[in-house]
Amino acid sequence: MMLSQMITIVLLLAGAAFFLAGTLGLLRFPDVYTRLHALTKADNVGLGLVAAGLAIQAETWAAMGKMALIWLLVLLASATGAHLVARGALRRGIPPWTAR
Amino acid sequence: MTAFYLGLASFLLLNLAAGMWRILRGPSEADRMLAAQLFGTTAVAILLLLAEAMGQPALRDVSLVFALLAAVTVVAFVRRAWRPATEEHSNDA
Amino acid sequence: MDGAVNAAAWAFDALLVLTLLWLAWRVLMGPDLFKSIVFFIAFGLVMALAWVRLRAPDVALAEAAIGAGLTGALFLAALSRLAAGERIANAKRPVENSDTGKSTRPHRGVRMVFIAMSALFFGGLAAALLSLPAEAPGLTIQVAENLSTSGVSNPVTAVLLNFRGYDTLLEMGVLFLAVVAAWSLTPAPKEPVSPPGIVLASFVRVLSPMLLLAAGYLLWAGTHAPGGAFQAGSVLAAAAVLLLLSGKDMKANWPEWPLRVVLGLGLGVFIAIGLVMMLIGHRFLEYPLDYAGDLILLIEVAATLSIGVTLAALFLGGRPQRDERK
Repeated sequence: MMLSQMITIVLLLAGAAFFLAGTLGLLRFPDVYTRLHALTKADNVGLGLVAAGLAIQAETWAAMGKMALIWLLVLLASATGAHLVARGALRRGIPPWTAR
Repeated sequence: MTAFYLGLASFLLLNLAAGMWRILRGPSEADRMLAAQLFGTTAVAILLLLAEAMGQPALRDVSLVFALLAAVTVVAFVRRAWRPATEEHSNDA
Repeated sequence: MDGAVNAAAWAFDALLVLTLLWLAWRVLMGPDLFKSIVFFIAFGLVMALAWVRLRAPDVALAEAAIGAGLTGALFLAALSRLAAGERIANAKRPVENSDTGKSTRPHRGVRMVFIAMSALFFGGLAAALLSLPAEAPGLTIQVAENLSTSGVSNPVTAVLLNFRGYDTLLEMGVLFLAVVAAWSLTPAPKEPVSPPGIVLASFVRVLSPMLLLAAGYLLWAGTHAPGGAFQAGSVLAAAAVLLLLSGKDMKANWPEWPLRVVLGLGLGVFIAIGLVMMLIGHRFLEYPLDYAGDLILLIEVAATLSIGVTLAALFLGGRPQRDERK
């Protein structure tokens, strides 16, 4: 197995782990703010690792660039969405969870 | 490698299916919307994997469109459909 | 190795089908409309993946843009216009025959008949599907043989705009009629315009030019790869929807008559080209070989603009009102 393939496998597995963490956080965390925190990890790091792993195998530089662009766009959308949801939740008086 | 890509895509799809529990339970509308947002990102990752596994680089354009439109529903939710907290019916907390 | 690939593909597809069926069930059966909308958005995402697995990337693109992106926003905007009580379907509200005290559920016998009929219908469909030859070529061979005469190299675009141009023409007509109907029913609601905030405003400012660029790219790609007018048009519409959501006023920035012209542009150009072809001795929508590619591109550009504005106008939810403040 070539070195580049091994790097791809490691990156993809790491990305999948972040998606798993994001889903677990979405299911297990106590309130909307903490769930936002969990899910933006999947958006940002999880997809980033998956895109990076696949970009190594990309046939052209353009394909690699397209994957980077896709990741950046999701990053932009998820950051904006997270901000809007968190601000909206605060304004609607949804109380942040506090440890008892 | 193809089997590995497909296996990973299945794993991500399984993640997505598990996340549906959050849409089912809520409790607030924002929680349900968050699940949909996570699904969008998961679908982008699955598409990138499928593009590689199926040898169809054109599929990256599908994930590009997903990425471009990822925020539209969330923005529509926050700006239009999200009601003030007092109206929100609480099924179960 | 090949066996492993097949097994992995089979597992993925099985999971995909189960998820889709479960999502469809949830969309239809839940009483809470908001929940149904979120499930529908998820359904659109998974459906796009299914189209990919069926090797139909053109349809997957359209599903990604329209199913997962725009219709979700459209439904959410529609939901926001419902009163709080109407957000729950089949809620306990006073019904016509409440004085008799009867439930509105149909009688058990009637339900049995419905179940039997549905089962029969499903069985018929399944039988028809199973009796199909395993390797049905359909019209693939004819399309491949005539592709060189179509003016484009993407077979899907060749079918949609040349071989079966009628279908696409009528689809454009349906979209046009949808806006006519929406505008006839009601004026656009006056949404309370709150300032979008710096984050949303900057986001829309960065993203809208990229959406325009992507729409142009998809339109151009459509001649030789997956893409085309419907996909490009819905990306265009997404830009308009984001602008509307961030507080830009379509009516103020765009007076009514250009809006109407662009709404009818796609259908108009399509019909005009068809008629011109008849005048110069061809049949309706039969393009001369030398100009086929250019004519298709011309129709697609017009159609893209119309589709984009049509979907945005539908999102607006009614005919634009003249601003009384002036």
